[in-house]
Amino acid sequence: MPLLWWTCAAFGLFGLSLGADPVKKLEHACGKTALNLLMITLSVTPVRSLTGLPQLLRLRRMLGLFAFFYAVVHFTIYLVLDLELNFRLLGADIAKRPYITIGFTALVLLVPLALTSTNGMMRRLGARWQRLHRLIYPIAALAVWHFYWQVKRDVREPLLYLGILALLLGYRLLRWQRLPADAHPRAAAPGALTSRSGSATAPGRT
Amino acid sequence: MTPRPTPIAPSEITPPEVYFSRRTLLAAALASAASGCVRAAGGEPAGAPLAYERNARYSVSEKPNTYDEITTYNNFYEFGTDKESPSEYARMMRTRPWSVTVAGEAEVRGRFDLEDLLKGQPLEERIYRFRCVEAWSLVVPWVGFPLGKLLGRFKPTSRAKYVELTTLYAPQQMPGQRAAVLNWPYVEGLRIDEAMHPLTLVVVGLYGRTLPNQDGAPLRLIVPWKYGFKSIKSIVQIRFTEREPNTAWNVAAPHEYGFYANVNPAVDHPRWSQATERRLGSPFLAARRPTLPFNGYAAEVASLYQGMDLRRYF
Repeated sequence: MPLLWWTCAAFGLFGLSLGADPVKKLEHACGKTALNLLMITLSVTPVRSLTGLPQLLRLRRMLGLFAFFYAVVHFTIYLVLDLELNFRLLGADIAKRPYITIGFTALVLLVPLALTSTNGMMRRLGARWQRLHRLIYPIAALAVWHFYWQVKRDVREPLLYLGILALLLGYRLLRWQRLPADAHPRAAAPGALTSRSGSATAPGRT
Repeated sequence: MTPRPTPIAPSEITPPEVYFSRRTLLAAALASAASGCVRAAGGEPAGAPLAYERNARYSVSEKPNTYDEITTYNNFYEFGTDKESPSEYARMMRTRPWSVTVAGEAEVRGRFDLEDLLKGQPLEERIYRFRCVEAWSLVVPWVGFPLGKLLGRFKPTSRAKYVELTTLYAPQQMPGQRAAVLNWPYVEGLRIDEAMHPLTLVVVGLYGRTLPNQDGAPLRLIVPWKYGFKSIKSIVQIRFTEREPNTAWNVAAPHEYGFYANVNPAVDHPRWSQATERRLGSPFLAARRPTLPFNGYAAEVASLYQGMDLRRYF
């Protein structure tokens, strides 16, 4: 939906307009949408257990893929409309501009997650799938950092995202700490197996 | 028995003038509904017309940006930190009556009404390049007069090595000042020789008319060879000093924004490149262009910085 809105605005349809710098406007809007979707994706697990609605899990893959999609559009706008396909500039930016290095890293890390999001890949990878997909935590942190570093001075908005991310990740930390040792994601010491192992609180998929 | 139709009360009859103007009414309703998401569809310069002459010697031949582009894409943090906020909120600022306080190392000091300051200053139009530190640029037809001609009236003493300029501080009129994004009021400054340079302008108009508030009404500075943040808006104080003034962005992030802030493609901002810029309003995929040393004014101003390490004094 946001993409449809901006496309109309870009062509001046329905009286919409992107202002004097449409490229920056689109670039930032797509980046922000990707970040929003990442945060929403990360909130599925806490919301699911707080509301007791396990069916929410089914939304998670779609949300994550949408986040990836907007991140790709964000990067494409940057490369094509902003840098005007100047690959020399792209190389220099990625190598020399920490905020671009960080953003680019986050995008690259999203690729394996998107590629392994199919049911078939989930089955094939088994337990490793979950470990791989924990990459989403550092990715979200990199994305917030990328936002924080590109802002000139007014960091109130990036700090808000940082707060949300801290809540979402803090919730998981608390849960993991409170879990019995055997259900701990970083597989506990042998012999700790009790009757409560494999309890429904294990994060992730069914 | 058929019920008799109730007679139509005269008050229910649509007056003919309303009936015949139904299309206009409908259009007006649609327009007002649409205006919520339309941004500056028009674009006729507002403000009072000014008497001026074009100064061709100090004008570039590049095509100026539209009035819309220049007045809806502004960095004026006093009205909010995004580009559209100034055009939305700047009307809250009262620009009449307006006075400027002159202080510091000068023989003539005191408070001067805007009208006094402008009296006897012939206005000229100059088309200048404008390069923002954020790596976008514009071409703007400013109307104003050289700052040197104004400063001369105050007879600066031999101790006046710098000029410090201050923007209005009025959180009631400038909602952005309610957040401590910068250290208010906004302060900028120039070395006295930079201030007296013929390219340095006091600007009171744009496209032949008085300056819109979001562009720094009623009077602002334009230093075309420096990054835009040096060109302070809505000036209320001029102070001559012996020491280099503490300028707003330099105080906020000294390693990112220097006092000199000369446009220099060879010295990057710590977080982004200054080698190229995007000219707003350019055709599709043709906006990015190389940034010129001193924003293309090197022939006029490079001599001011002879022998200075411009990497250190960025």
